Amino acid sequence: MIEREYLYIVFGMGFVTYIPRLLPVYFLSGRTLPGWFIEWLDLIPAAVLSALLLPELVTTGTPRLFIPYRLDMIVAVPTLLFAIKTKSLGGTVVTGMGLYWLLDIIFI
Amino acid sequence: MKDKNHIGGSLFEGLSASWPVCLGYIPIGIAFGVLAQKAGFTPFETGFMSLLVFAGSSQFIAVSMFSAGAGAVSIIATTFVVNLRHLLMSSSLSLFLGRSGRKKLFAFAYGITDESFAVNFSKFKSGDWDINRALIVNYSANIMWVLSTVAGGYGGQFIRPHSFGMDYALIAMFICLLVFQLKGPLYVFTALVAGISAVLLSLCLPGNSYIMIASVFAAGAGVFIKKILKSRM
Repeated sequence: MIEREYLYIVFGMGFVTYIPRLLPVYFLSGRTLPGWFIEWLDLIPAAVLSALLLPELVTTGTPRLFIPYRLDMIVAVPTLLFAIKTKSLGGTVVTGMGLYWLLDIIFI
Repeated sequence: MKDKNHIGGSLFEGLSASWPVCLGYIPIGIAFGVLAQKAGFTPFETGFMSLLVFAGSSQFIAVSMFSAGAGAVSIIATTFVVNLRHLLMSSSLSLFLGRSGRKKLFAFAYGITDESFAVNFSKFKSGDWDINRALIVNYSANIMWVLSTVAGGYGGQFIRPHSFGMDYALIAMFICLLVFQLKGPLYVFTALVAGISAVLLSLCLPGNSYIMIASVFAAGAGVFIKKILKSRM
């Protein structure tokens, strides 16, 4: 039956997703960590954000193809400049959305 | 004067940090709900999955695999691999959670997503942030995710999730949070190495393993460069 299969899947997924989220905060919080490891962890967010973002902007499809001149990428340039200039998260989100919406209408 | 430990104050600050995440989850959540409905999930089943798993991309993959007739074991194994990147995010966040109680850590870990991590890390780094505010970011994002996926399951075809550029909310948010992280040449170097290697890896590796490999590699390269520059001085 689908019901039982569904429950296996959902509980299994929940479990294997929770463990990697939990173990580091649980075991590393409050510990004295070696200096190089702290430096490494401090660089991780810049690395992760960039690794999440850039492929979204310049690749598409499954398997992924390199297509640099996508609307996502074109809008990213003024959005990036706005973010650097203003350092405003809310402003950047609204600006990015507005430009994307506008250009999407113009080009379709 | 605003009392920093006042619950209302925490709630307000948490919500004013999390709104871009919540907004960005709406179109993705609705899209997921529609997909899950087409795969035969009831809105309740969709919402229950969003509540238990709370990891967008893996939920999309799981439902597609389920529709294609994949078994539970392969769906769960794929989910594990897709969500392993949270190890890195959880590790970075642990730098700021030293004085938090265990119960709060258990509750907090559940809500670590790409988006909540990005918001909370940048807030923690700038000072003036604590686990209570971080929990509000995580749970408001979670509530929005569950509600959006259920809404998609109830009648996604009647909702127009792609209006007002909402599809771009998370990308714009990531752009700005990345800018917040670039506090010196070493961070810019690390981000460039991560971004370029992620693009290259994403073209030749299946799935999203490129995120973790590129991040580990780029942060390692950053530490290495820092050490070399130090030893030269």
